[in-house]
Amino acid sequence: MLELAADKGVSVAESGVDDSPLAIRGMTVSYGQKPAVFSVDMTVQPGAMTAIIGPNGAGKSTLLKAALGIVSPLSGQVTVFGAPLEQQRARIAYVPQRASVDWDFPTRVIDVVLMGLSRQLGLLGRIRARHMARALDCLHRVGMRDFADRQIGQLSGGQQQRVFLARALAQEADLYLLDEPFAGVDAATEKAIIAVLKSLKEAGKTVVVVHHDLATVTDYFDHVFLINTRKVAEGPVAEAFTAETLQAAYGGRLATAQIDQISRALG
Amino acid sequence: MSGEEFVPLSLTPLLIGTFAAIACALPGNFLVLRKQALIGDAISHVVLPGIVVAFLLTGAISTWPMMLGAAGAAVVAVVMIEAIRRLGQIEPGAAMGVVFTTMFAGGVLLLEQTDTSTVHLDVEHALYGNLESLIWLDAVGWSSLLDITALAGLPPELSRIALALIGVTLFIWLFWRPLKISTFDEGFARTIGIRTGAVGMALVITAAIAAVAAFDAVGSIIVIAMFICPPAAARMMTNRLEAQIAWSVVFASLSAIAGYVLAGYGPLWLGGADAVSAAGMIATMSGLILACAALWGPCRTRAGAPSTA
Repeated sequence: MLELAADKGVSVAESGVDDSPLAIRGMTVSYGQKPAVFSVDMTVQPGAMTAIIGPNGAGKSTLLKAALGIVSPLSGQVTVFGAPLEQQRARIAYVPQRASVDWDFPTRVIDVVLMGLSRQLGLLGRIRARHMARALDCLHRVGMRDFADRQIGQLSGGQQQRVFLARALAQEADLYLLDEPFAGVDAATEKAIIAVLKSLKEAGKTVVVVHHDLATVTDYFDHVFLINTRKVAEGPVAEAFTAETLQAAYGGRLATAQIDQISRALG
Repeated sequence: MSGEEFVPLSLTPLLIGTFAAIACALPGNFLVLRKQALIGDAISHVVLPGIVVAFLLTGAISTWPMMLGAAGAAVVAVVMIEAIRRLGQIEPGAAMGVVFTTMFAGGVLLLEQTDTSTVHLDVEHALYGNLESLIWLDAVGWSSLLDITALAGLPPELSRIALALIGVTLFIWLFWRPLKISTFDEGFARTIGIRTGAVGMALVITAAIAAVAAFDAVGSIIVIAMFICPPAAARMMTNRLEAQIAWSVVFASLSAIAGYVLAGYGPLWLGGADAVSAAGMIATMSGLILACAALWGPCRTRAGAPSTA
């Protein structure tokens, strides 16, 4: 039976003004007959690092894309810091999946990072020394300063991911949304990325990451959001990332041995 | 060659050919990167029903109504292609295939079912255009460029294609950033507030306008070749989009000028008697340039295997 928040007449306004960095209400997205995300509510905690976790095809990336208006949801409302998404674009930085773009595109590393400044530059604004300095500083923070003039196709997967992160840093946002930033990257890159994300958190920024490696959840994140088309659990890692919620999210797809291992890690 | 001979006979065809080549090559850069380069082919087919409808409405073969009909049909086609691509979530090539065969068939049907079939619609003219005939008989030499009465006798195709070229250039200059960002990373472009659907639509409509204006003067062979060959060759010369655009303009101009000169004089140099089609030779030149770039261009290897780890 369909049970959409919108059908029940529940709106964000009625459920109380929510100035959470990202609040999603009654989000349903479908690419065909079967919904990819069904009636999901999510409230991201400010200043925290949240992992969105779930099995393959559970709608993790889709939830993020729908929240950002990249795909159109069938229903659902999104507020960012208590205001409609369109008014808050400047406060959001998004890092898409690395595989979603063509890395043969004729452009250099520095040009990609400068794309993060395009809202300030406008249509015809000139790139000035201070813009260039900021872009180079962002590359420095991800350890890619020396690669500024490289063509992006000449980078390894991990380096490409770091360039994407540098572009997000250049946006100087308050809310960072990253889609699988650790997928297929080397260990050094993973370390570099997590260090940058933790520094963002220390600076009071909010970070949301679509994540697939259950083994690192407790090390990296303080909040989790478990999804399998529907929301399974949401909350601090200690409460929401348990053997029961994982079993509920992954069903038979997660071996008992893995759950035991995670349970031990959780203590 | 003296000015008295060059200006009336060769200057205007050269300019028209060059302007048409550049007007098509400029948007072609983005179409090639977006894997939509076949849109030139599609447009050359879909203008047929537009021209037939324009003839039915006006009852005469005259340039402006037919160009408007062609442009209208091209715009309808690109909107349908975008709509089918987005709603059906299929690749652009498939959407183009469906639309342009359907509209071309519709054009043929219209032609057969109405008395327009008695009107001679010249296939050869549509393919090769009429570049050699676009001469400037009022000119007597270089001084005519300053002579207002002589300038009034310029072939109207010249001002039309020049206008189209200015429009295309303005569009790309003004929307450079949204075009570049949404071509590279559509998802990111959406998150910073770029209306990627509108940008994509504006690009194909601009391409359609350039194609129709070029068609009128130089035929569909050049249009199809110029959307693809100069941008594809330019991509293999550089790894920067800005430089790629510049190279594509150089290659488009080179094809137009070398093609026109070779078509006019090449056969004579080889001992033949007649000139060959300028449009065909221009398209051939662009193909040769593409082949050379593919063989010797400095940036022709695809990424994938990083040179340094």
